[in-house]
Amino acid sequence: MDTILELRNITKSFGKTEVLKDISIQIGKGEFLTLLGPSGCGKTTILRIIAGLEEPDGGRVFLNGVDVTEAEPNKRDVNTVFQNYALFPHMNVEDNIAYGLRIRKTDKKEIAARVAQALELVQLSGYNKRYPHELSGGQKQRVAIARAIVNNPKVLLLDEPLGALDLQLRRQMQMELKRLQKRLGITFVYITHDQEEAINMSDRIAVMRDGVFEQIGTPAQVYDLPKTSYVAEFVGNANLIHGRTIEIKDGVASIEAAGGLVKATVRDKQPVPGMEVTLAVRSENIKLYTCSSQTGIKCRLKEISFAGGMQKIFLQLEDGTEVVSSSLGMNLAFEPNSELYMSFDANHGVLVDL
Amino acid sequence: MTIKSRKKNKSNLWYGVIPLYLFTLTFVCGPLIYMLVLSFLSRAEVWGVEKVFTLSNYIKIFEPVYFNTFIESLKLALLTTAITLLVGYPFGYFMAKLSSRGKKVMMLLVIVPFWTNALIRMYGWIIIFRSNGLLDKLLMGLGLTDKPLKLLYSFPAVLVGMVYALLPFMILAIYSVSEKLDWSLVEAARDLGATRLQAFLTITIKLTLPGILSGVVLVFIPSMGLFFIADILGGGKFMLVGNLIRDQVITTRNWPFASALSVLLMILTSLIIWIYRRVTHVKDLEGLV
Ligand SMILES: Nc1ncnc2c1ncn2[C@@H]1O[C@H](COP(=O)(O)OP(=O)(O)OP(=O)(O)O)[C@@H](O)[C@H]1O
Ligand SMILES: [Mg+2]
Repeated sequence: MDTILELRNITKSFGKTEVLKDISIQIGKGEFLTLLGPSGCGKTTILRIIAGLEEPDGGRVFLNGVDVTEAEPNKRDVNTVFQNYALFPHMNVEDNIAYGLRIRKTDKKEIAARVAQALELVQLSGYNKRYPHELSGGQKQRVAIARAIVNNPKVLLLDEPLGALDLQLRRQMQMELKRLQKRLGITFVYITHDQEEAINMSDRIAVMRDGVFEQIGTPAQVYDLPKTSYVAEFVGNANLIHGRTIEIKDGVASIEAAGGLVKATVRDKQPVPGMEVTLAVRSENIKLYTCSSQTGIKCRLKEISFAGGMQKIFLQLEDGTEVVSSSLGMNLAFEPNSELYMSFDANHGVLVDL
Repeated sequence: MTIKSRKKNKSNLWYGVIPLYLFTLTFVCGPLIYMLVLSFLSRAEVWGVEKVFTLSNYIKIFEPVYFNTFIESLKLALLTTAITLLVGYPFGYFMAKLSSRGKKVMMLLVIVPFWTNALIRMYGWIIIFRSNGLLDKLLMGLGLTDKPLKLLYSFPAVLVGMVYALLPFMILAIYSVSEKLDWSLVEAARDLGATRLQAFLTITIKLTLPGILSGVVLVFIPSMGLFFIADILGGGKFMLVGNLIRDQVITTRNWPFASALSVLLMILTSLIIWIYRRVTHVKDLEGLV
């Protein structure tokens, strides 16, 4: 895959706070890359640096192989859907969307056609003459998407573009955006808080924390094989269990944790016996038994809750660690405060933070 | 949302504004009506006003002597406004971009002249402009001119005085809109391909228009009437509408004619404010409130 956008060792500070620390990534032509991370971790700052609205303190930005680190924003074939929409209040919807095309002196007929097309895409046909202050938050957001996408840029930067939409419209727009991105072959750099959205839409996800990329990988990689406990918790809502390796045999590590024994498949990085390790297990992979067997950790059932067709069982291990097990449907076999044994398949246990 | 809450306040507290209305009625509307009525009455032979309806006061305005004064005044007012805008816009605009400390300092510098009486400040200009005054000495010292320019009591001197006196109003009006300007809109324009200049012309100017217009109103209107500047720096050679009205009231004692002149001035003023409202859809003058 050809690289269209590359960030090389980008650093950025605001005053004394280091907001980005050595950010590097290569993004391919037509790729859908998502930046996923908690509030304040530096996602918007990365987009602003790509757009040219902020200059990095160190590092380089390459667009299509050209170093654009110092280039003016208008000289970059990149458009942004801003987190706060940034619609021009003195222009109606149509003029907002046509702005970029007019600046580029596009033919009038073509402008009209493309604006209409963009409005249709965001399901706002007929809103041409409305002013931003006459629109709801979600509608503003969709105008912001239309205004950026109508220019057909090489790279589209989207800063939580669906944040203000209700769930139904959000799902619909997710699909629309994804379809459009595929059809036009535009590279998307997409910011979201929502892990589900990230997993559903992205080709790759870059999980961020405090100005660094913790892990970059496909949704499956990030979800199933988190590299760090942070990624495991943030993306997969995984349980973290601390223990010590006893032995490693046939690619499977035996781990002593909270007075019990569990197994985990060893992947690219090898732990050594006797090492303190952290295991990540997603709640749906945790199985519960009433009697002990060869592997399993003793635990106490604290609470059961039921929501959205999922039953969640809250457990506490003997070392105090809280673990959640979830399953589809209701299972009334367990009583609160009963003593249970939890276990999981070796390939569902992921050794993180190695 | 703010509109809603304002309306609510109004309906709840209507009785609170009664004193305000009474005050306005007595001290603003009263004199205005008095003046309007006066402007249609005739001047008495000896003293005061006769209660005889006439339009002659208005017709008199178009006599060349007086009409030229109007034109002269307009010219000065337009020039003053144009210059204050050209100087005040960048000043106010960049002032809004300063750090909060820088803003405070600049604000102080803009306001400090108001601590001295305007009349006294105008006398300061005499020292600069008079023959062999500071300016002449400076220019001759630099070898740029070889004899005094005789700047005092000329049109340029009056213009400088006007600009000097009214510039702060323009700066404050521009500053006040620029401060509220959402810079992310300029960024959005740049992101959509606009050069700095294009972004300025299509976004910044449009969004600071209310400030520009209120600055224009705040400068243009007084510059038609600030007679003491024309007196002090124009040496009586320049008659502005303000001077004319004053003379008609105090010297000639033709009150009906003075009223007619004032009414015309007010119509002109209202016209400007009306245009302002039409263009900006704003009721309050930016920078005044
Ligand atoms: N212009 C600025 N001046 C000072 N600090 C800034 C500036 N812009 C951003 N920051 C700081 O940089 C950090 C990262 O900001 P950024 O906007 O990139 O976060 P984010 O990941 O987009 O967060 P969110 O998800 O809440 O939008 C924050 O701590 C923020 O306070
Ligand atoms: Mg952000």
